[in-house]
Amino acid sequence: MDVLWLSRLQFGAATFFHFLFVPLTLGLSILIAIMETIYVRTGDEEYKEMAKFWGKLFLINFAIGVVTGITLEFQFGTNWSRYSRYVGDIFGSLLAIEASVAFFLESTFIAVWAFGWNKLSPKAHAVTIWLVAGASSLSAVWILIANAWMQHPVGYVIRNGRAELTDFVAVVTQSAAGHQIIHTVSGAYILAGFFVMGVSAYHLLRKQNTVFFTKSFRLALAFALIFAIVEVVQGHANGAKVAALQPTKLAAMESLWETKQSAPQYLFAIPDEKNERNLVEFGAIPGALSMLAYHDTQATVKGLKDFPADERPPVTLPFISFRIMVGLGFLFLALTLYGWFKRKDLEGNPGFLKVMLFAIPLPYIANEAGWMLAEVGRQPWVVYGVMKTSTAVSPISVPQVMTSLVAFILVYSLLGAAAFYLMATHARKGPEPYQVATETGGAENA
Amino acid sequence: MLESIWFILWGVLWAVYFMLDGFDLGIGTLMPFLAKTETEKRVMHRAMGPYWDGNEVWLITAGGVTFAAFPTTYAVMFSGLYSALMLILFALILRGVAIDFREKMDHPTWRKVWDICVVVGSFLPALLLGVAFANIFEGIPLDAEGIFQGNLFSLLNPYGLFGGVLFVAMFLLHGCLWLLVKTEGSVKEKAAALVNKLWLALAVIAVGFLIATWYATRLYDNYIQNPLMYVVPIILIPLIVVGALVMVRVYAGKGHWWSAWFASSALIVGVTLFGVAGLYPNLLPSSLNPAFSMTIYNSASSQLTLKIMLGVALTFVPVVIAYQAWVYNFFKDPVTEAEAEEAYY
Repeated sequence: MDVLWLSRLQFGAATFFHFLFVPLTLGLSILIAIMETIYVRTGDEEYKEMAKFWGKLFLINFAIGVVTGITLEFQFGTNWSRYSRYVGDIFGSLLAIEASVAFFLESTFIAVWAFGWNKLSPKAHAVTIWLVAGASSLSAVWILIANAWMQHPVGYVIRNGRAELTDFVAVVTQSAAGHQIIHTVSGAYILAGFFVMGVSAYHLLRKQNTVFFTKSFRLALAFALIFAIVEVVQGHANGAKVAALQPTKLAAMESLWETKQSAPQYLFAIPDEKNERNLVEFGAIPGALSMLAYHDTQATVKGLKDFPADERPPVTLPFISFRIMVGLGFLFLALTLYGWFKRKDLEGNPGFLKVMLFAIPLPYIANEAGWMLAEVGRQPWVVYGVMKTSTAVSPISVPQVMTSLVAFILVYSLLGAAAFYLMATHARKGPEPYQVATETGGAENA
Repeated sequence: MLESIWFILWGVLWAVYFMLDGFDLGIGTLMPFLAKTETEKRVMHRAMGPYWDGNEVWLITAGGVTFAAFPTTYAVMFSGLYSALMLILFALILRGVAIDFREKMDHPTWRKVWDICVVVGSFLPALLLGVAFANIFEGIPLDAEGIFQGNLFSLLNPYGLFGGVLFVAMFLLHGCLWLLVKTEGSVKEKAAALVNKLWLALAVIAVGFLIATWYATRLYDNYIQNPLMYVVPIILIPLIVVGALVMVRVYAGKGHWWSAWFASSALIVGVTLFGVAGLYPNLLPSSLNPAFSMTIYNSASSQLTLKIMLGVALTFVPVVIAYQAWVYNFFKDPVTEAEAEEAYY
């Protein structure tokens, strides 16, 4: 394997791992902030205990998310130096803005929150977690603006042998960024909702701390339901966006080889990339792809064969990722809708609770699949239409990258195992014993 | 002009990073020497608990600003120093996780594993950051294409290692002073017994390093060749470096720990800026041929980007400094042993 492939593997592995932790940070911080706000408003101590319990899981997750994020910033320079040199004028600025505007806020106030339970007034303490939650999502916004620029570069000119910024506002406000932000952040919020529901279901099935976990479950349910709706509605618009901006990605994620009028969508197919066809095609929905791409069942969709062979992305991975993501997206909507009608009697629906417990990994899979589609579907470009991934890699040696790749796999596996073990232990243990004045009453009366 | 402003900001960001993360890297390295009991370990962890994460973001920002303002330097620096940076990265990853997880895993074997990660993960970045910057001061083997022609071992040359030792010594003293500020009980007593020895070691190393710099680098040339432009750094910076070093000793002698810590901060900032100012207008001087060097002119971003980023930096960096200062002030009370023994979370 050459430096390019090793670097791609390393970047993929490091990003995949980082992205296991980021979505939960984004969503859970908001849920905890809501819990603390309810506590401040009503004085119901149970919500304070909820914030503490979920907060502990949050901190374990946060620690890994933060340290693995440093890797990503380093890697643009270490492994993709030609990319950094070529687009740093734009891309580098966006990362620097993210650090100074959002990451500082998040990292500084998470410590205030963790160490400040007894030092701050409840109100001030709730403010700190809102700062963390806001900063986390703001951080995602800047990273996604940077990524959107790789997907659809705007506001630049090629000058002095590199891409130079000409219109900052265009970069920040382009619609590709807006779509990606809503899509990715909603996906993260759904994940956090399912995480809280799943862990709560575990305890509800065991009849432990039922009041505590019913409240947690219902809050997470409402949260996940809202964003499951947003995701399905916006996902459709996102499809049209891809069709307009990245026709090769669209053709790859549908494994469409021939240009077709009234193009169908296949529920299932086995792409045969070598022979530029599908071995098996099954479950055609007539005109569905034309509809998704152009809101018109009669529209013509360009097939892969009409693009130069060296500008086509891999097909199988985007095709599968897309189906997993969309299928799960609809499943999340169905589950949260069902849950919404059963929310008054969760304990009376052990079957549903069991499903929700085992559904914890599903949003993780959906988030990673979406990322896979976005990044693999963009290939062979690192910046769509501007720079190819193969020309972006650093002038480094195979042994260097091989060593770091092996080290990443080892260290990340160990950290992943430790984090999983720690989270599972604390999740199963449930909240520390606590006293509540009354089931629903205010702490002021206690 | 914009390039020069960014050069200053670039130097200042690295200096602030070393000043802040310096004390917690120092505490991590001092751990096996000052903490024998679990309580002592907890006191030391608690002394840096609310800060280390926010401190580390200065590294991200320094890296990010290099990327944004001088992308070509960022590309050459990070790919050229690949192995050293990867080591720093792994060390910081393990350290960050270890600090967090040791609190939540009370099994003794796990604690031992995390303790080792904290020590190694603190010592290694301190050493390697020093090695990296000393190498930058003396010049790295960059060819005409800006490709690094050395390896990890060529970085570990005598002057590079000297820089590493200097950084470790500065951070140890800085961390020791922080413990004197932020702790009570046996940790503070041990730190008080150690501080003068650390100071003496640092004074010897620092003076040695300044002399070695005369022979190994061209930093002084800058000062000598441009007497007018460098009248400020030639008088101010050595004055700050030497003055701060002396003041650390004076304040420490009187037991004025906060003042001593601030003097130590001034020392770290002074040393960093002394080196960085000597580089100007280079960011990465080439040891093969001065013409191959990365300078603020051949590696800077476009004027528009520099302008926008300057606006961002001048707005947000003061904001960050303000709220971080608030946090430092908020948690300023020394950690008691009783407080450290209860789980903070």
